[in-house]
Amino acid sequence: MIRVPRVGIYLPIAEMSVNVFVLLAMGGAVGFLSGMFGVGGGFLITPLLIFYNIPPAIAVATGANQVIASSFSGALVHFKRKTLDVKLGTVLLAGGFVGATLGALAFAYLRRLGQLDLIVSLLYVTFLGVVGGLMLTESIGALRRARSGQAVSLRKPGQHNWIHRLPLKMRFRASKLFVSVIPVLGLGAFIGFLSSIMGVGGGFIMVPALIYLLKVPTNVVIGTSLFQIIFVAAYTTIIHSTANQTVDVVLAFLLMVGGVAGAQYGARVGQRLRGEQLRALLALLVLAVALRLAFDLFVRPASVYSLSAGVL
Amino acid sequence: MPSKGIIAATTFLTFAPVLGARAQNAIPENIQIGLSTDRVSITSDFAGAELTIFGALDNADPLVSRQGRYDVIVVLEGPARPVMVRKKTRVLGMWINTESQIFRDVPESYSMALTRAPQDITDPAGYRQLALGPSNLYLQPLDADGDPKTIEEFTAALRERKEASGLYSVRVGGVRFLSQSLFRATLTLAPNVAVGTHRARAFLFRNGMFLRETSAQLTIRKAGMEQRLYEFAQQHGLIYGIAAVLIAIITGWIGRLVFRKD
Repeated sequence: MIRVPRVGIYLPIAEMSVNVFVLLAMGGAVGFLSGMFGVGGGFLITPLLIFYNIPPAIAVATGANQVIASSFSGALVHFKRKTLDVKLGTVLLAGGFVGATLGALAFAYLRRLGQLDLIVSLLYVTFLGVVGGLMLTESIGALRRARSGQAVSLRKPGQHNWIHRLPLKMRFRASKLFVSVIPVLGLGAFIGFLSSIMGVGGGFIMVPALIYLLKVPTNVVIGTSLFQIIFVAAYTTIIHSTANQTVDVVLAFLLMVGGVAGAQYGARVGQRLRGEQLRALLALLVLAVALRLAFDLFVRPASVYSLSAGVL
Repeated sequence: MPSKGIIAATTFLTFAPVLGARAQNAIPENIQIGLSTDRVSITSDFAGAELTIFGALDNADPLVSRQGRYDVIVVLEGPARPVMVRKKTRVLGMWINTESQIFRDVPESYSMALTRAPQDITDPAGYRQLALGPSNLYLQPLDADGDPKTIEEFTAALRERKEASGLYSVRVGGVRFLSQSLFRATLTLAPNVAVGTHRARAFLFRNGMFLRETSAQLTIRKAGMEQRLYEFAQQHGLIYGIAAVLIAIITGWIGRLVFRKD
């Protein structure tokens, strides 16, 4: 165990005292990973905060706030390199707002019911498990092919699926895409919904969905995903602070500072690793978080009782 | 002070039978406590604290004092709020909240300090009568007509959870006599102590008999910055949210500027 010096800080919304260094380190570690893998890191921050005894409702809402900083930082780079499809991002966003609103309503309802923690954990276990599993299978396959000397390609041009036969087509020039807006709006709404309930940007679902379902070129995927995440996370933050008062700015700020610094070092390490190696590592990480959360769900808790503020 | 005289007179009447046995002591004992401050602020580095309360016995019988037969219990009770107790049971292998009970007016915190171990001060019936101690607090379920066994189970769980989180605490030896009449009580304020009006109460016992109690109020509040942020978040959620977003964007942007050269 590393001895962390104790410098307490009182979180005004969470109403508890926490160690500044633990939060900075947490933000830094997640920032490092997000810089390395090009993801927002929300899917790591929220579970980590819950493991650190921050109430899940606050962890989710604050996680969304933290995601804005890292996504904005990342999107700026892609905007400069022109690897960002603003039109595609905007359509995704339109769906995202609808999804985020529905998600916030579901969040408040589940919280009243006392099942918020359960649903948050279940969603994490399911999505992290599925995405991690798929990524691991895909990247191991790619690593094998790379070893045997075959070309590695994610996108197989010319190959079309059912999504490309839907009506209401729209042209997205930057992505060299001519596709129906229905799956784009639907995907945006779905990610928005998850963003509200799970406190994530949704990059870990958005990126594979854009690549595999919509066949968006890999180079514009991350920038576009980050672009829409900024707005969905901002919207989620505002909704949560209006409806539930669960955004803790002090907590979010500490995580952001650690995260922004960590991301820079992560990005440098990431450049030295190969794509499929990165994906395999990220898959393992995602699966580890899923397992840890599943463990809490299935193992008898220290106490089966819990207290919360009652409403008469 | 005229008011003090009235209180003393009332006490004399109330405890007439007790005092009858000790007729030589015509003036009854009185207890007083003083808080060094009536306000405790939770600052950004707050990680729990100890609260010291000084008190004095008036008209203490020197003989009883010497034998150490005076006992004092000091209690700091937090604001009362409704609390929901939830119970998890195993459903499809997962631990899920299934049952719940709401209790009215549960003190957020309850910190007790005693001169000696509880059983050495008075008998359990005495504690029950005074509703003194975490296990004697009256916790009233909202649905009082429910199954008594369930209510009993949830009441016990509520106490156990409060104790486990350090909000309900008992400190044996937390009250010490500094002289025959002066005492000092040290109470624990947990890191997650609730803000609001707390009530400090002191109980005086002689030879296991309860004599008198006195009380004082203490306001615990978040310090300036923390309090303002909290109030702002509650009252102006929309502006708070927009500000939170702006802070995030500025932090992300500054991060970009600082590290761009690398």
